[in-house]
Amino acid sequence: MSELRDEIHAVARRYPARRSAVIPALRLAQERYGWLPPEAFREVAAALDLTPAYCKSVASFYDMFHLEPVGAHTVEICTNVSCALVGAQRTLEAFERELGIRAGETTRDGAVSLRTIECAGGCGWGPVVAVDHRYREPVRPEDVPAIVGELRRTTGGA
Amino acid sequence: MAPRHVVFELAESADVTRLSDYERAGGYESLRKALAMEPAQVIEELLASGLRGRGGAGFPMGRKASFLPKPDQTPKPIYLAVNADESEPGTFKDREIMLRVPHQVIEGILISSYAIQARAAFVYIRGEYLTEYEVLRTALEEALDRGLVGANILGSGYSVTIVLHRGAGAYICGEETGLLESLEGKRGQPRTKPPFPAIAGLYAAPTLINNVETLATVPRILALGGENYAKLGVENSSGTRVFSLSGNVARPGNYELELGMSLRDLIVGIGGGVPGGRQLKAVIPGGSSTPVLTADELDTRLDFDSMARAGTMLGSGAVIVIDDRCCMVQLALRVAQFYRHESCGKCTPCREGTRWMVEIIRRIEQGAAGQGELDLLLNVCDRILGRCLCPLGDAAAMPVASYVAKFRSEFQRHIDEGGCPFRGTSSLEGVLAPVDEHHARARARIEVPA
Repeated sequence: MSELRDEIHAVARRYPARRSAVIPALRLAQERYGWLPPEAFREVAAALDLTPAYCKSVASFYDMFHLEPVGAHTVEICTNVSCALVGAQRTLEAFERELGIRAGETTRDGAVSLRTIECAGGCGWGPVVAVDHRYREPVRPEDVPAIVGELRRTTGGA
Repeated sequence: MAPRHVVFELAESADVTRLSDYERAGGYESLRKALAMEPAQVIEELLASGLRGRGGAGFPMGRKASFLPKPDQTPKPIYLAVNADESEPGTFKDREIMLRVPHQVIEGILISSYAIQARAAFVYIRGEYLTEYEVLRTALEEALDRGLVGANILGSGYSVTIVLHRGAGAYICGEETGLLESLEGKRGQPRTKPPFPAIAGLYAAPTLINNVETLATVPRILALGGENYAKLGVENSSGTRVFSLSGNVARPGNYELELGMSLRDLIVGIGGGVPGGRQLKAVIPGGSSTPVLTADELDTRLDFDSMARAGTMLGSGAVIVIDDRCCMVQLALRVAQFYRHESCGKCTPCREGTRWMVEIIRRIEQGAAGQGELDLLLNVCDRILGRCLCPLGDAAAMPVASYVAKFRSEFQRHIDEGGCPFRGTSSLEGVLAPVDEHHARARARIEVPA
């Protein structure tokens, strides 16, 4: 708890106003908890002298903050125009088949969350898939089993 | 003749991501040159170069910098905000610039900060760009160690700090006032203008906001001289731009070209044209918010004025190539879904209008729309255009209205035939958008088991 507070205070010192550290602080909290549970908002709020409600109102605006628990790994597929034109939907469907879940869901063992995202900025190298926030470009349906196998191995899942 | 590179010139023959290699290639010489000049002289060079912003709006950088008060004219500190929130669909150039010439970005930030006498610069980099953030962070650490950033830079007496600030996933934070709100630790909802950021920006202090590519061009302008830079390109569109080429094209990628070449030069000459024996159907010339061009308009030149004459915009320089497998109604749906997802909700025409656009286009695609609904769609677009605080609403309405204007018979066929004439063969068939996913999950949550 105090360790997180110290980290948040260190970040806040970079800015002329402490409130600017809300997003970096929420990120630090999310790295700790895997998502943003109520205690994360309480801790961020206490460290920055804000209210938990304010911190949650900020977090809910941004796509990268998770207000519900997510899997140990995240797979995010860009389905915006450029990626869609070169087969993003087929890549998404390959992940759905391989993981046995639909986009927006997490595998029953909590290993992998799958979702679609808007343009990731890899349009010329699509379809872009972000695996644990690292871009893989391009990912074709035939590449999917190996990626899923890699994720299963590193979570000890079936 | 090989294309003339400016932004990527130093990276052509060597890897210049490390400070020592960048310096060997001539890096940070422009900073030394700038620090020996008066700040106003640096702005004069930028004005002489004709450099226009590379983020999308194309506002002349020197003029924007000249709008800021001088330090003795304001009680507040002056700031530079760097827009590295590249999010316009189709655009991936700033990412490559940060990866390949990170020190040139930092040098551009330092020179521009000096020109406006900024006390601090904040780099707002989109949260998804993790590797790019790490590359910039490494470069910044090297520059700090070398005394190029911080107090009394190179003994000049000028001091400035640079803070890297990661976003967290919101297209609207690429809009300059949304960016400032986000940087202040708020929801990224755009502000009313005026006051413009040059007068009241970050923490209500005078703030200059520039895109990554614009700033990466600045050291090169100092090296070449503003007037020499202005000789590149064409009238009102000086210099080079890094174009992002994507979609149904043989050789997608980022290509730095002098402004004024034709779309044909880029798509066919450099990009190898449409692959697989397919026909070109449409081109989105400047990111998904720009009105579409047809295959008949390939000779349109890639400069601000030529694009304006063709009824569209150079935007962020993102050229998306679309072949004849694509249903334009599905394209309209996917584009509208994006802007609906990213609408911040502040202005009613955008918040409600983008939702209605998606609903009507979906009805047309599904064959459920009546004869009046195409005009209803245009009517909704018209009620968004120019009626919002920021350009996001326009960014949804303009392209969709252009698809209807240029491919009206295709939209009409959906209504007349009671469904998509592509019958499941369109390249965008069934594409799932994040908004679909959110709504499916919201519905699942409120289902009450019997």
